Amino acid sequence: MRVIALDAEDDFDGWREGVRAAVQDHVAPERIVWRVGDQPGELFGSEAPATASAANFTVPRAFVDLARKAILHTDRERFALLHTLLVRPGLLDDAADPLVRRVEGLAREVRRDIHKMRAFVRFREVVEPDGARFVAWFEPDFHIVRANAGFFMDRFAAMRWSILTPEVSIHWDGATLAEGPGATKAEAPDGDPVEAMWQSYYAAIFNPARLKVGMMLKEMPRKYWKNMPETALVPQLIAGAQAREAGMVETARTKAGGNIEAAWAALREESMSCTRCPLHEHATQTVFGEGPVDAAMMFVGEQPGDQEDLAGRPFVGPAGQVFDRALTEAGIDRGTIYVTNAVKHFKFEQRGKRRIHAKPDAGEITACRWWIEQERALLRPKRTVALGATAARSLFGKAVTISRERGRALELPGGGEAWITVHPSYLLRLPDPVARTEEYARFVADLKSAAHT
Amino acid sequence: MAQLDTRAKLEILADAAKYDASCASSGSVKRTSRDGKGIGSTDSGMGICHAYAPDGRCISLLKILLTNSCIFDCHYCINRKSSNVRRARFTTDEVVRLTLSFYRRNYIEGLFLSSGIIGSSNYTMEQIVEVARSLREDHEFRGYIHLKTIPDADPELIHQAGLHADRISINVELPTASGLKRLAPEKSQDRIEDAMAGMSDAILDTADAKKHYRSAPRFAPAGQSTQMIVGADAATDRDIVSRAAGLYGSFNLKRVYYSAFSPIPDASAVLPLQRPPLMREHRLYQSDWLMRFYGFKPGEVADAADDNGMMRLDIDPKLAWALKFRGAFPVDVNTGPREMLLRVPGLGTRAVDKIVAARRGRRLTLADIGRLTVSLAKVRPFLIASDWRPVALADKADLQLPKPAAKQMELFG
Ligand code: SF4
Repeated sequence: MRVIALDAEDDFDGWREGVRAAVQDHVAPERIVWRVGDQPGELFGSEAPATASAANFTVPRAFVDLARKAILHTDRERFALLHTLLVRPGLLDDAADPLVRRVEGLAREVRRDIHKMRAFVRFREVVEPDGARFVAWFEPDFHIVRANAGFFMDRFAAMRWSILTPEVSIHWDGATLAEGPGATKAEAPDGDPVEAMWQSYYAAIFNPARLKVGMMLKEMPRKYWKNMPETALVPQLIAGAQAREAGMVETARTKAGGNIEAAWAALREESMSCTRCPLHEHATQTVFGEGPVDAAMMFVGEQPGDQEDLAGRPFVGPAGQVFDRALTEAGIDRGTIYVTNAVKHFKFEQRGKRRIHAKPDAGEITACRWWIEQERALLRPKRTVALGATAARSLFGKAVTISRERGRALELPGGGEAWITVHPSYLLRLPDPVARTEEYARFVADLKSAAHT
Repeated sequence: MAQLDTRAKLEILADAAKYDASCASSGSVKRTSRDGKGIGSTDSGMGICHAYAPDGRCISLLKILLTNSCIFDCHYCINRKSSNVRRARFTTDEVVRLTLSFYRRNYIEGLFLSSGIIGSSNYTMEQIVEVARSLREDHEFRGYIHLKTIPDADPELIHQAGLHADRISINVELPTASGLKRLAPEKSQDRIEDAMAGMSDAILDTADAKKHYRSAPRFAPAGQSTQMIVGADAATDRDIVSRAAGLYGSFNLKRVYYSAFSPIPDASAVLPLQRPPLMREHRLYQSDWLMRFYGFKPGEVADAADDNGMMRLDIDPKLAWALKFRGAFPVDVNTGPREMLLRVPGLGTRAVDKIVAARRGRRLTLADIGRLTVSLAKVRPFLIASDWRPVALADKADLQLPKPAAKQMELFG
């Protein structure tokens, strides 16, 4: 057994000297005991002085970089692992090799620790007789403090600072770096007036509408929190987030502002160039909703038909005429309601000269929902009546059975109540005149209950 | 109005800046303050996130507005003229002092400064430039500075900004011209693009001059970026991706940021009130990566979208693309070209580099690949290894598609 003594846990140069000698003397990795600092000597093993040979052997740069990092780990086997790796033919070429993976894993953990120290060290200002000093308390996982000092020297060269850690402390006086023994948290200053400012910033820059706690924890694990002033606020920020978001939405709802007319006109104009689904390619134009923007009731049909497509207005064809008549019989003034369609372009199949209406599919309904959601957000109607399955699907975002849901108020996801009934064109298609009369009466009754409940 | 102290102003002016998505402090030149003067350093690679907010976002820079007063009335913006928010305004000196005292305590990497427009575009821009000038010249600040430029400001002022800042940016705001017209009536797509073109030229010119004279001044060495609001107009993901690709191409952008539109207090009536579509935003960033790191052409990314031009929310765009173009798979890890390995769902650029290096020496097995990737289950159906050949990619049969994400766990229940 050969015992090689290292000055400290992060003594890379000592390790390099020792390994160099071992390789030259053909001592296998498993025949070496690595001893750090003044740990008691091993029982077996003579502390054979390493052969002081000046002969060099070269190793690739990539290995040196890897070893410099891995050696900072706390894994007790790291010195031997690196040695084994070094004498192996092929060395680092095979990234899938288990030993390479293991050593790279050590280096990765060290790199992360180094990065987190750069990120999460928090200095506190202490006024000393000869000026200000910035002092931080940090608890790294690995032996990274000396290796990381350069970063802080680059960054805070003109400042006087100290970083205290359990293993070692480093002090910079503006010109030289000094080392001291490990410290305790009690030795570090416990406050800085600027921290209150920083906390204000931390609380204000956070958007409560985007809570993603898991993401935060992944990058800033709890173990770091105790030494960071801002993290004390996290529980209350999370707890308050829902209320703040609800508050944001609520204020938005109550203060609609005086620009609804203009907003609606701009929305309509924008819809004219919609290409969210392929239906715009063959239709004549977008048929947007119409009616007063302060309407208490909104009616949603399926999609424009042949005549609507040409006129650019909803509900002007045969179904629109049935709808108008039913509205009158139900005592509803068309001038006071807002009428629109779930899908805003005409979908058809060309048969000779005729354009035959075709049903919009789920994808088209979903694509077009964007518009109707905007219309609903603007108007915020108290009641929305879905005429037929397509309209219901658009409002609820899923298939709805009309026969089961018709005739009663349903709550809409975004607020307000919904009523579901058939589409007037369904009445036109019923071949049996008796059934048609009955169904028409039911339709009128549905409109009445929607309007008067 | 009573005078607000700096802390009260900070609360208002940071709150107003939180809708800006850009936070990066990366990609600049390497600088230190080792010469003993001044303060700060930048790395040429990654910036550092000094904290994370409960919204999962990195806090790297002091991100604030100089003022949240504005003469414009953009509907998506909480600072618009007609909004009822509380107004505040920093002096340039206050911003400088705040930046330095946060920087000295290692809270931040530098400053991101934006502003509402007050007085005139030029006046506002002058104030922004003055903050950066003072930091750089009076205090020899070597940390990161990102300045948001004001549309319509004098090109000379923009030039000044570029000399002090690491990065400059101007927001295109919305992916469609019609959306911009509706939501930001005072802004114009043409003017914004002119400004971007001007900055792009200046960046290229100085990079070129740098090659000839070492002393040539630097101009925004970390380049320019822009931001688009997602979900406030009718643009589809396909529209957004192709718009972003166009911007990268025409203006040499470093980054396009996406900001899911989020409900803001006192929102204008033009806006949706739903929660921001965060998953959609995430998918757009992933699409961006496909173009920037994985060699996908914009058209190919658009191909990953569904028939309505939207990215699937349940799976990432790379997997969506692979499922649509099953014929391109499986790829042999021992012989397949690098470009095709990059298209394998679940293989990142690093894993691909390692595969390419390792296979020079020997043939790789599936277990080897398992050691190089996070999830073997995800990549397996798309790969051939020396001891593995997948069954034909049947419809989802051998794919472990992610389960619908569970509702996010609450930390403090
Ligand atoms: S049907 Fe709707 S989504 Fe499709 S193009 Fe027309 S307006 Fe756009």
